[in-house]
Amino acid sequence: MSDFTQLAVVQVGRHYGRRRALHDLSFTARGGDIVGLLGPNGAGKSTLLAILGTLLAPSTGRVEYGSHTSGDQGAALRAQIGMLGHDLFLYPELTARENLIFFGRLYGLAEAPAAADAALARAGLAGRGDDLVSSFSRGMRQRVALERALLHRPRLLLLDEPFTGLDQASSARLVERLREEQARGVITILATHDLDVVDGVLTDVVFLQGGRRVAVPPGTGGLRERYLAAMQDGPRV
Amino acid sequence: MTAFLRVAALVVRKDLTVEVRSLEVVSTTLFFAVTVVLIFAFGFVREGAPMDGVAAAILWITVAFSGTLALGRTFERERQADTLRALMLAPADRPALYAGKLAGMLLLMALVEAVLVPLVGLLFQAPIFVAPFRLAALLGAGTLGFAAIGTLFAAMLVRARSRDVLLPVLLYPMTVPVMIAGVRGTAALFQPEPDLGMAQFWIALLVFFDVVFVTLALWTFEPLMTD
Repeated sequence: MSDFTQLAVVQVGRHYGRRRALHDLSFTARGGDIVGLLGPNGAGKSTLLAILGTLLAPSTGRVEYGSHTSGDQGAALRAQIGMLGHDLFLYPELTARENLIFFGRLYGLAEAPAAADAALARAGLAGRGDDLVSSFSRGMRQRVALERALLHRPRLLLLDEPFTGLDQASSARLVERLREEQARGVITILATHDLDVVDGVLTDVVFLQGGRRVAVPPGTGGLRERYLAAMQDGPRV
Repeated sequence: MTAFLRVAALVVRKDLTVEVRSLEVVSTTLFFAVTVVLIFAFGFVREGAPMDGVAAAILWITVAFSGTLALGRTFERERQADTLRALMLAPADRPALYAGKLAGMLLLMALVEAVLVPLVGLLFQAPIFVAPFRLAALLGAGTLGFAAIGTLFAAMLVRARSRDVLLPVLLYPMTVPVMIAGVRGTAALFQPEPDLGMAQFWIALLVFFDVVFVTLALWTFEPLMTD
């Protein structure tokens, strides 16, 4: 069993050949935290999410999931991780229900059809479960994809640009869903450019630039102001 | 072992459902395979009589080319919504995911070969019913060897920008032994006096390649897909 209530990123670095995507990055998160990874394109946000999701191995440093690392747990650890990528990880040729049942069974859920029905209800798509995902709008796909990532009740939720293409109502619904998972003690790490949407939602922020963590400048102001200040003149951590 | 087979069966079932809905890979692969055989027939059949000994080579060239096309299209589908990553994220044995993708490829290739073999027999007057079980064994073992390596490479290259170029460049040199064994074994069956002993020898060699290739692929799939 790989249940955990704390995540520690310890001096993680990752390079692709001679290009360094991440340099000595460290931070921790506890159950109920919603940590924002903020930075311009190419800052290393998606690389970090892939490392946290065990899809990539760090070149240096380690990620600690409670008392375990990805190397010593494998499949048992992946059972505690839910991930929603920029692409939605859904098969457009399958219906929403078929997608959810397939992934539910892949995650070893005993009652995958019932779990799929409950997930469709949470997504507000109970009446569209037998429609092909290819017929859905971006917002509907995003809702199914989020429920797919949460189907197995993960301890760690990784979201890459979850607000892309969503209208205001859909974004608000997603925020509400994140708060529900927060109350359940889930650690959420999300990479986003939608600063106004997540302002007030995040419990901690990691500013990234060129693969390095940038210190949050002291002072007040909204997330956008702090982001701009950090990107302009924040010292590297 | 039960969990391994359950995951592999899930992946096969999902691939078949997707393919039945779209018919994309089956139709393009079949169309390509039939076109290749017809083009060869125009070149190598004169006044209704084919050149000696070309049927086996044409059969295996077509299997290799259409197999490469099918591999590319199958994994392109997994790339479009990044679903291969979703599979890799699941708490399932990653080699079981490979086994499922491989089994799906084998079913697809079996369907293509079920059309291809009679067509080659008809156009090139190849005696496909002289030793049908040995011919099936040659095709089965050869296709398994080809698909075992092909599935591994196609999965590995799914996020590479030049995957369409790299797949054949990596795949064909590695599968040359399989192709040679397939062609020589099939030629032994298609000659005027079929040499069953020789065909048996090539079948045994193909089974040996299969064991090596499948073992290597199952062993290397997880580390190759993680880094």
